[in-house]
Amino acid sequence: MDVMPKWAEVVLVPLISLLLAAILSALVILAIGEDPVAAVKLMVDGALGSTYGWGYTLYYATNFMFTGLAVSIAFHARLFNIGGEGQAMLGGLGVALACLYIPWPHWSLALLGAMVLAGAFGAIWAAIPAYLQAKRGSHIVITTIMFNFIAAALLNYVLVNLLRPKGSMDPATARFPEAVNLPTLHDILAPIGISFSKAAPANVSLIVAVLACFLLWVLIWRTQLGYEIRAYGHSDSAAKYAGISPLKITMIAMIISGGLAGMMAINNVMGEAERLVLNSTEGAGFIGIAVALMGRSHPLGVFIAAILFGFLYQGGAELALWTTIPRELIVVIQALVILFTGALDNMVRMPLERLFIALNGKKA
Amino acid sequence: MKLGETFMTLMQKFLGAAAGMALTAGAAYAEPALIFDLGGKFDKSFNESAFNGAQRWAEETGGSFREIELQSEAQREQALRRFAEAGANPIVMAGFAFADALGQVAADYPDTKFTIIDMVVDAPNVRSVVFNEHEGSYLVGMMAAQASASGTVSFIGGMDIPLIRKFACGYAQGAKAVNPDATVIANMTGTTPSAWNDPVKGSELTKAQISQGSDVVFAAAGGTGVGVLQTAADESILSIGVDSNQNYLHPGKVLTSMLKRVDNAVYTAFTDGVDMETGFNVMGLANGGVGYAMDDNNASLVNADMQAAVDAAAAKIASGELAVHNYMDDDSCPALTF
Repeated sequence: MDVMPKWAEVVLVPLISLLLAAILSALVILAIGEDPVAAVKLMVDGALGSTYGWGYTLYYATNFMFTGLAVSIAFHARLFNIGGEGQAMLGGLGVALACLYIPWPHWSLALLGAMVLAGAFGAIWAAIPAYLQAKRGSHIVITTIMFNFIAAALLNYVLVNLLRPKGSMDPATARFPEAVNLPTLHDILAPIGISFSKAAPANVSLIVAVLACFLLWVLIWRTQLGYEIRAYGHSDSAAKYAGISPLKITMIAMIISGGLAGMMAINNVMGEAERLVLNSTEGAGFIGIAVALMGRSHPLGVFIAAILFGFLYQGGAELALWTTIPRELIVVIQALVILFTGALDNMVRMPLERLFIALNGKKA
Repeated sequence: MKLGETFMTLMQKFLGAAAGMALTAGAAYAEPALIFDLGGKFDKSFNESAFNGAQRWAEETGGSFREIELQSEAQREQALRRFAEAGANPIVMAGFAFADALGQVAADYPDTKFTIIDMVVDAPNVRSVVFNEHEGSYLVGMMAAQASASGTVSFIGGMDIPLIRKFACGYAQGAKAVNPDATVIANMTGTTPSAWNDPVKGSELTKAQISQGSDVVFAAAGGTGVGVLQTAADESILSIGVDSNQNYLHPGKVLTSMLKRVDNAVYTAFTDGVDMETGFNVMGLANGGVGYAMDDNNASLVNADMQAAVDAAAAKIASGELAVHNYMDDDSCPALTF
């Protein structure tokens, strides 16, 4: 049934896509008169060459894991959740409320509480489009993307008018109390004798994200609900015939999806900024789509793709700091990778499939 | 150490010998650094003004400076720390949003001087520069009401934040000081940061305000203002620019520009260098921090009476005789409701 062996599907296709993106990026860098080899070296050194670099790479990767998983679970039910951005924003609101208004005795309890509230806020934000899709047939792509704007406006209102401390100009909440500050990788690794950069923002949320990857894998491939979601995704009419309720699956898949996207906020809001700022999500909700596409909606693939995008973000920051490559071109380089691994997937896949068919044909 | 070495070689490749020297010499030779906010360096407004100040310093002294345009919130603290660790001194940041990150970072680098624009950070090694935008906006509000034939003037803000409401409030007070019956229409472009760079929306808002009778429009909206000024020129009404002198964009169509001398703040910080005096620094009408722009492009639009009235008000504000209400003092505006 499969025209390609599994290893080619999982390893070869993304690798060739990446290579193509890298070649085009090198051409872009050459065209503006910089040295592409030095640029790549700077990116690799800056993102992976020190615990400091790793700290930032893993911090970004944690964001992308949450949003990537969120998009993946919706994909399995053939729902395209473009609303990760808005759901993560609302999750941030949940985290801020939990951290500011509940006097937590210890960070671990605060983390649990913040996760619940962040997840609930994100889930509610995803549940409305899901209900509209299931009951009214309003297309989920349109409604979720619209909900991003509503979330941005709502957050803006709440930050400017309700949560902003008196006299502060920044549309942001006050700093969270000391007690809810999450331990960073430095704090976690120090007791076991590993010294990790103190300045880097990667924190305990990374472990939560990895755990979420595993739990989602269990859910999708090892539970009845996961089976129902996949069945509905493959054929809704067959699923209906088998007694699976489309309303139930649409709602559940989107609620899990929104919950995961919302939980991203424990990393960027609670772990890094320690307060809620207006654009705290910074497009991570959209990057999640690329991560899910590249990871083929498999939690392990999402994990790897998230680290790759974390590398691109942190490497890009280093480029901006130490070279004269303008910010816009760094975005171009990042976009090329997204374009090739996400959108132009078939460009690599189809010739490869033909190649494998030809090879198999010879053997047979 | 390995990291340091790699940076050394790369730095030399990229930035030439001078940057390499800065690293080897450490604190002995310090290069200033400028960090732009998310709006980007060439916004024809706030960040560009900061860049111009730095550029002026570089041209006059022959020195060089480091700069970075941020891509994400997480990079604020990152860029501050990286520049401080690389020995850059002083480090200037353009934008109120740096306050929180700077508050965290400043204490860790007691020998590095920082300057923050548009916000106050209380630390021994930080200079905080804030501008009295309401005073400058008051003056251009007066000019708008004087130039208006319809008695209706309007304001277009970028993102709806307190700082921009401060502009709008000063503008409305100025307009009503000249003409108590004046109608002031105020609109904000949006609620997200993209509102700083949406000239199409700026244009639509301008058209909507014209249909409500406005014949002078003041844009305090970053890159969005380009669209406002363009539409105002196309529809033959007057416009007012912001931050930098934007009179040249449409000669004879831009009444004036509300100047906010961010460039001076950056230039002064760079000139003061490592010996910079820290503390609280208010740039208002009294010390030339804000003002309105007059040049050949708008000379025909501003008659002697108008200028005399505005200059008289400016002198009164500078001396403290006339107080312009600051929206951010109490989050309310006597002359305008949002």
